Amino acid sequence: MSYTTQTQNSLLDSEESAGNEFLAFTLGKEEYGLDILRVQEIRGYEPVTRIANAPAFIKGVVNLRGTIIPVVDMRIKFNLGEPSYDQFTVVIILNIAGRVVGMVVDSVSDVTTLSPEQVKPAPEIGAAFDTEYLIGLGTIGERMLILVDIDKLMSSAEMGLIEKIAA
Amino acid sequence: MTIDMSQFYQVFFDEAYELLAEKEKLLLALDVSAPDSEDLNAIFRAAHSIKGGAATFGFTDITNVTHMLESLLDRIRKGEMALTPEHVDTFLISKDVLTMLMEGHQHGSSVDQPAVDNVCQKLKALSLGEPVDTVPAPASGSVSSGSAAATAEPLADAEGNFDFRIELPEVPQKDVDALAGELGLLGTITQEVLADQRVVFHLSTSEGEDNIVAICSFVLDPDDLKITCASTQVAAQADRAEESSDPGYEIFDETPAVAATPASVPAPVAQAAQPAAPAEGKNMGRRTSDKEGSGQESSSIRVGVEKVDQLINLVGELVITQAMIEQRIGALDPLMHERLLNSASQLARNTRDLQEAVMSIRMMPMDYVFSRFPRMVRDLAGKLDKKVEFITKGAATELDKGLIERIVDPLTHLVRNSVDHGVEMPDKRRAAGKSETGKLTLSAAHQGGNIVIEVSDDGGGLNRERILAKARQQGLAVSDSMPDGEVWLLIFAPGFSTADVVTDVSGRGVGMDVVKRNIAAMGGSVEIRSTPGSGTTIAISLPLTLAILDGMSVKVGDEVYILPLGYVIESLQPAASDVKEIAGQGKVVKVREEYLPLIPLYQIFAIEPRCTEPSQGILVILESEGKKAALLVDSLVGQQQVVVKNLESNFRKVAGISGATILGDGGVSLILDVAALMRSSRQLNSDPVFF
Repeated sequence: MSYTTQTQNSLLDSEESAGNEFLAFTLGKEEYGLDILRVQEIRGYEPVTRIANAPAFIKGVVNLRGTIIPVVDMRIKFNLGEPSYDQFTVVIILNIAGRVVGMVVDSVSDVTTLSPEQVKPAPEIGAAFDTEYLIGLGTIGERMLILVDIDKLMSSAEMGLIEKIAA
Repeated sequence: MTIDMSQFYQVFFDEAYELLAEKEKLLLALDVSAPDSEDLNAIFRAAHSIKGGAATFGFTDITNVTHMLESLLDRIRKGEMALTPEHVDTFLISKDVLTMLMEGHQHGSSVDQPAVDNVCQKLKALSLGEPVDTVPAPASGSVSSGSAAATAEPLADAEGNFDFRIELPEVPQKDVDALAGELGLLGTITQEVLADQRVVFHLSTSEGEDNIVAICSFVLDPDDLKITCASTQVAAQADRAEESSDPGYEIFDETPAVAATPASVPAPVAQAAQPAAPAEGKNMGRRTSDKEGSGQESSSIRVGVEKVDQLINLVGELVITQAMIEQRIGALDPLMHERLLNSASQLARNTRDLQEAVMSIRMMPMDYVFSRFPRMVRDLAGKLDKKVEFITKGAATELDKGLIERIVDPLTHLVRNSVDHGVEMPDKRRAAGKSETGKLTLSAAHQGGNIVIEVSDDGGGLNRERILAKARQQGLAVSDSMPDGEVWLLIFAPGFSTADVVTDVSGRGVGMDVVKRNIAAMGGSVEIRSTPGSGTTIAISLPLTLAILDGMSVKVGDEVYILPLGYVIESLQPAASDVKEIAGQGKVVKVREEYLPLIPLYQIFAIEPRCTEPSQGILVILESEGKKAALLVDSLVGQQQVVVKNLESNFRKVAGISGATILGDGGVSLILDVAALMRSSRQLNSDPVFF
C-alpha cells in the first residue's frame, strides 16, 4: 500500500512541476530554497573585481574558468545577515536563461524534495523578498523554506543584471 | 548514378562561386587587344569546370549558360575569333547570371529568367557572329589529319556545326538517357541502336570533340568511346558514307586490335582512344595542367569558423595559464630552480608562437574585399559615363576575418560615393586641366596595431561652403571658423547629403552615418582629408583583431584597469604648476604648450585613490577621435597583451568599460572604454578646453 502511494506521488510530482527538488540555503536567520535545476555549481567566495558605479549588492565580476560572471550578494540586496566574507562564505553559481550568475549566501544546507502538497502559497507579507518572486513556502516537518522563483528574481529590473530590462 | 547527389551540392556551390570569382578577376585583368592565352585558358577552364559540375548535379540551366560561354571562349582561345570588349562585357554579365542561377538552386531565391535568356542569346550571337574566315577546320581540334580524304574533310556548316557520330560501349539504358540529355544540350541529337544493343548518337553541334568526350566521361570511360566527325554540309554524302563505312566500324568493334592502325581508317575518324594524333596530344597537355591546377587548390582546407574560434579561445586560455605559471615561479629562487625557470621561459616562447600562428588562421588578405571592387567601379563608371581608373594597393595586408566581413559594406559605400561624387565628368576634368580618366585608389596598410584602409580619389574634393550651408539648413551646430577636419566629418551626420540630385547610386544621405557607425562598432575610426580640386581621401583605421588587445595596465587605488594601447600617446608626471583649475569645469593640464582636459579616473569610478593630486600621480595622455585628454591614475603597472572577454554575455554593459580580461593571477581586470570616457568627461566639462 505504502509502495503504491509513493509511486503515485512521484508520478504526480514529475507531472505537475518539473523541478520540485530544492536547494536550501540561508540568509541571516531565514531559510530559503531554489530550484536545483538552476544551480550549476557551488563554490567558495573568491575576491571579485569591483565594477564602478554599480549598486552595492553587485559585488563585481569573477573569472569562472575563462568566462566572466557577475557576483551578487543577496545579504546586501535584502538586508539579511552580516555580509562577511571568509572561507565559509558560499557562492551559488546559477545558470539562468543561458546566463551565468554567482549568488553569495550565508550557507547552503541540503537538497530537499517537496511534493506539491508541501508547498503552500506565500502570504502577502513576511519574507524580505517581494511575493512576486516567491513560489511559496515549503514545509518539511518543523522547517520552513521560502521558495524563491530564481528565474524571475535574477532577470528582474530590480537586480539590474540584464541590460534590456535594466535599461 | 543512384548516389544521393544532394550531399555534394554544397561542395559544388562553394567551388563554383570560387571559380566564378576567379573568372571575373581574370576577365577584368584581361588586356582585350592582346589577351594572354594562359588567362583565356584559365577562364575557359573555370567555365568548363562549372559546366561539368552543374551537369553532374542536373542543373541544366547552369549547364546551358556555361556551355555557350565555354564554346565562345573556346573559339577565342583557339584564335578563331578576336576578343572584343563586347565579349568581356557579355562574359561578366554571364557571371552574374550564373551566380543568380546558383543562388536560385542553393537558396531557392527567384531567378530572373529574361536575363538568363538574354545572356544566352548574346552568347549565341557572339559565337555565331564572327567566325574567323581563314581557318574553319581546326574547330574540332582533334581530327586526325593524316587520314583525311579531301571529300570527307570535316567542314563546319553555315552555322559552324559539325556532325558527330558517337558510338557508346555497352551501358545501362539509364546512362544512355542521361547522356542523350546532356549531349542534347550541345546541339541536335538522334539515337540509333546497333545490332549488338549498343547505342549510337548522331550529334550536330558547334562543339569540339573534346567537349563531347568530357561530357561522356561523367558516365563512362572515354577510352570505350568512339567518336567520328563529319560535316553536315556534306550531309547527303555523309549518310551514304556512313552506310558504306558502317561495316568498317563493325570490323573495328569486333576486332579492336585493328583500331590501333590509323592507316586503315577509311573515313575521317578521330577516336578518343587514339591520343597519338598531334591535336589530341595538345588537348591532353591541357588536361594535365588542369590536374596540376586542382592540386594547388587542395593545399587549403575548409574549416568551420566556429572551430577556429574555439581554437583561438583555447589558446587564449593557454596563454593565461602560462602567465599564471610564470607569475608563480617568478617568486622562486632562480639559482635553486634554474632548470624549471628555463623550461618555463621556453613554454612562454612556444605559447606566444602558438598564439600568433592560431591568430593568423583568422587573418585574411584584404584582397578578399578589394577583389569585388574593380567590377563595381567599372560598372558604376559606365553607368555614370565617367572614366575611372581603379588602383588597389596593399591587397596582401591581412585583417581578422570577422572584421573583413564587416568592412565590406562600409567600404562599398565609400567607393560608390567616390565614383559618384568624387570623380568628376570627363569634360569637367579636362576643363580643370586634369586627365579625363579619374583615379580611384583603394589601399590598405598596417600602422602600429591598426590597419588603415584608404579610399582616395583625385576628384573635385569636398566643398566646404556647401557642407556648411547644408549643415545649417539641417539645423546642425556649425560655425564658419570650424577647422576643415570637423567640417568634413559633418558628412557623416545622419541624413546628410550634398548631392543635388538623388540617383540610384547615391545621394540619399543614408549611408554615411551608417558607415561611421559600423566602423565605430568595429572599434575603428574614420578620418577625411580633402583638398579642393585635387581630391578626397577617406581613411578608415581598424584594430587588427577583436580578440586580442595590446593593453597598458594602470592602477588606481587597489584596482587595476587596462587601457587599450592604441589610444595611449604618452604618460608623464606633471609639475604642480602645469595643472590649472577652471572654475566649475574641472582641471586642465598643460602638456607641450597644449591644454588638455584632465580626467580623474578615481572620480569617475568612485575609487579611493592613493593620490588625488595630479603632480603625485601619473597622467596618461590619450587620443581618441582626434581629441586628446589626460587620464589621472595612481601608477602604471605594465604592458601586456590581453584576451578580450565580453562582459555582456553574462552581465550588462557598464558605462566606461568596453570589456574585461583575465589576468595572469586568474583575477579579472576591466578594459576601459577610452572613447566613452573622453566623451563623458567632455559632457562633464561641457566644452573641450583649448587655448
